[in-house]
Order: sequence, then structure tokens, then C-alpha cells
Amino acid sequence: MTMTRYMSVPFPDVLAFFQSGPVQVALVLSGAAAIICGTLGLFTVLRGQAFAGHALADVSSSGGAGGLLLGVSPLLGFLLSGAAGVGVLELLQSRRVAARDEAAGIMLSAGLGVTALLLHFCLTGHGANGAAQAVMFGEMFSAPPGTALWACGLAGLCLLTLVVIARPLLLASLDREMALVSGVPVRLLEVVFLLLMALGVTLAAMTVGAILATSLLIAPAAAALRLARGALMAALLAVALGLAACWGGVGLAYASYGWTPGRTWPASFFIVALLLLFYTLAALGRRT
Amino acid sequence: MSYLVEIWLAASLVALAAGAVGYVVVLRRAAFAAHALPMAAFPGAAASSLFGFSLPAGLAGFALGGAALLTLVQRSARRDSATGLLLAGFLALGALCLSLSGHYAGSVYGLLFGQVFALGPEDLPVLGLSGLCLPILLWLGLRPLVLSAMAPDLMRVQGGQPRLAELAFLALLALAAGFAVPVTGALLVFSLMLGPGATASRFCKRLETGLLFAMVIALGLVWVALGLTYMTNWPVGFFTGTGSALIYLLARLKTV
Repeated sequence: MTMTRYMSVPFPDVLAFFQSGPVQVALVLSGAAAIICGTLGLFTVLRGQAFAGHALADVSSSGGAGGLLLGVSPLLGFLLSGAAGVGVLELLQSRRVAARDEAAGIMLSAGLGVTALLLHFCLTGHGANGAAQAVMFGEMFSAPPGTALWACGLAGLCLLTLVVIARPLLLASLDREMALVSGVPVRLLEVVFLLLMALGVTLAAMTVGAILATSLLIAPAAAALRLARGALMAALLAVALGLAACWGGVGLAYASYGWTPGRTWPASFFIVALLLLFYTLAALGRRT
Repeated sequence: MSYLVEIWLAASLVALAAGAVGYVVVLRRAAFAAHALPMAAFPGAAASSLFGFSLPAGLAGFALGGAALLTLVQRSARRDSATGLLLAGFLALGALCLSLSGHYAGSVYGLLFGQVFALGPEDLPVLGLSGLCLPILLWLGLRPLVLSAMAPDLMRVQGGQPRLAELAFLALLALAAGFAVPVTGALLVFSLMLGPGATASRFCKRLETGLLFAMVIALGLVWVALGLTYMTNWPVGFFTGTGSALIYLLARLKTV
């Protein structure tokens, strides 16, 4: 019954969509994640650090699981473990560029191993059946409203820091030697950027889940870099694409309730699908 | 054959394949690809439970498809970005299949982190085939596989085809990763590959000894992990993941 009504008269549902509390939280949370990931992603893509970003997101899942286990806010858990991941990356940092991937990969295995254990405790001890799904694939519709506020605050802080370091970081990303010679504190910038990246993927992990977080970091930025001229245009375009994917995904997940009886499709699926669509279109559009 | 022996055998076979492939992964510097390909197998497992085709077929099919896609993006300028996106795309597809099949919450953990105790005797032939054949194939093709990544131009001069070698490497990686997914889970196959491979590459000068050493380390890692799992009832993935990192750290302290 509700399904057919929904199909024929979509209008009242649009109103219901925006009035629903979980949807509002999801829109704010994913919006904050999209804004911060779009801008951070530009540097991530330029610096070729997609794997490091992915590794940080994966490692942050252990904090998310720990948060669930101990009953603290998952956001705090994600954040703490992400910061710890940055520390480990720095410790394992090698002079050989080639060993960078190796170090990130090793950190990732250890982090995921810990996640496996913590989720195991969640599943066996607390009977939290959806714990793995929530941490790995995101569950923003059930995030508490307070989380959205925190997310906005963190995103604002992150954006502010990024604006301050944007110019020297851009130089260091495009031409490291040149930056070193002109007295830019490259090492410091790199650590700060890794910390910002941990913060960004944390917000993305709250939105689409820890193992899908990289897509939000990379896809809008990679697409924007293909289309836009100039750093500012690219940043604006990346943010716009990220927002379109996130909000479109939330909307589609809400609408999908009527598609298959009784089962909503995961919002993270729609968000990632839209992101991939944008990326592919940008790649094709550039080539022809 | 008793149940525990079956599991021990299955895990050992997975370790042999993963250790051998992992060594080549490290030498070819393809860590991200090695992390991404098991994820390509993840929707294969999810889709096989949704549409009802056989699990090994789903795993191998999707993993090989992932290898083909990965070969396509290898030429692009920002190949790590493309790899990351491919990975996310496959995972999202898997999440969709799981949620449509109605086993979402229950299966996510098993497929991502492994469910070694859910293995049955019917899994052994496939695992045996991959666990024995893959190391042999890698042994036979070791030099071209490594050379094509380290010095593609040199290989071209000698009349070889680096692109073909790369495709072959990714296909072998996909098979090793795909069949390991039910045992260690999509996320932790990688830990069986990278830790042993990186350790062996630090100690061994000759390629062939390195390959064997990596397999021995992977085998030891899995045996210890299974033993500890049996005693504590904690997930195998925890022990393989942290154990792999520990081995690597020890190797680094020893060699640097």
C-alpha cells in the first residue's frame, strides 16, 4: 500500500524527507564530510597519497569499533585511532619513497586485525549484530544529532587550517625540492596534512563507512582536477561534486524504500556509485 | 578427516599461495593492488549468495574481472587514485548485494574478516589447486614477473612484453586473493601477503630463496594464528594482521 502511494504521489514524501530527523543528521554529516574531503582530496591526489588515505581510513575503523564496544562516541574513536595511524605512518616513514606503500600496508593490516578483534567482542559480547556493517559501511541515519554538530565544528577547524597552509602545501606537493630550497617547512607541513587527512577520512568514515571513505576523498578531487583550471576552481568543483554525490545518495537511499519490498538500499552504495559516475564522466569527457 | 585438520589444511594452502604472491607483490611494489583485488572478490561472494551460483565461481570471476579493470587503469596518470576508487566501487557493490540478500548484518563480518571455522570439506579441492599451482606458476615466471615491474624497458629490449607480464601477475594475484577470502576475509588476505613478502625481500638476495622464505613465513604465521585462535577463541584475522606487522617490524629493526 505505502509503496504504491509513494510511487504515484512523490510530493508529500519530499516534505517528509526533509522533516525526518535522521535524514537531517545524515545530510549535515555527509555535507561536512563532502566539503572537507573535497578540498583535502585535491592534495591527496596531487601528492599520490591515495593509499595512505585509504590506510588511515581503514585503521580508523578500529577506533570506530572500540567506540561501539566501550559505548563512547564513534566519532571520538575514529578520530583517536586515525591520529594514532598518522603517528605510526610517521614512525615507519622511510627515506625510500618505494617503501612508503609497504609501511602504509603494514599499518593497515595491523589496524584491521585490531578491528577484527574489537568487532568480534561487539558481536559476541554485546549481541550488536550490525556492528561490522555500521563501522565498515557507515550508518549515518542512526548517528546521534550531537555527532552532526561535532562533525561541523571539526570540518570548520580542518578547513581553516587547510586554508592557512594551502599555498606552501601546494608548492611542496608539486615541487618538493623547490619548496625545501625556498625555506618552506616541508616535513612539518606533511605531518599536519596527514593529521588533516586523518580528520577528513574520519568524517567520511562516519558517512559512508571506514572502508569506503577513500572514495569520498579521492573521486571528487580526481574528477575536479581533470575538469577545472586553477586550484580554487578545482577545490570548488570537488566540493560541489562531493556534496551532489552525498546528498543525492541520501535522497536515493530514502527513496529506495519502495524499490525492493521491506529493504532499503544502503546509502553508502548510492554515494559511491554517484562518485564513480562523476569520476568516469570526467575521465571520458577529458579524453575526447 | 577431522574437522580441525581440514581447517588447518585449508588455511595452510591459503598461506602458501598468499606468501608466494605476496613476495612478488612487494618486489613489484603493488601493495595497493594487492589490497584492492581481494575487495573485488568480496561482491563475488555476496552475489553468489544472492543469485545462488557457486561460491568459488563468484570469487574467481569477480577477482579476475577486477584484475582486468585494474590493468586498464594502470596506464592512467594517477593510478593510485584509480585503484582506490575501483576498490570502493567493488565494496559498495558487495554491500548492495548483501543488503538485498537480507543477510547484510550477519555476513559483513565473515566476508570482511574471515570465517575460517565455517569451511567445509567441499572447499578443500579448490584451495588445494590454488595453494599448490599458484606457487609453482610464480616460481616458473618469477624473473619476468619481477623484471617487468623493475625495468620494463630492459624487458622490452629483450623482446618480452611487460604489459603481458603485468596482466599475468594481476590474474595470479586475483586468484590467490579470491580463494583466500572465505578463509581470512577480504580485508586480511592482504596481511598474509604483505608482511611475509616484505620480510623475505629484506633478507633474501636470491629471488627463488625469497619466494620460498615468504611462503615459510606465511605458513608459520597462519599456524601460530590458528593455534592462538583455538586457545583464545579470538578471530584469526587479529592474529594474522598483528602478527604480520610484528614480523615486519622485527625484520626492519634487524636490517636497518
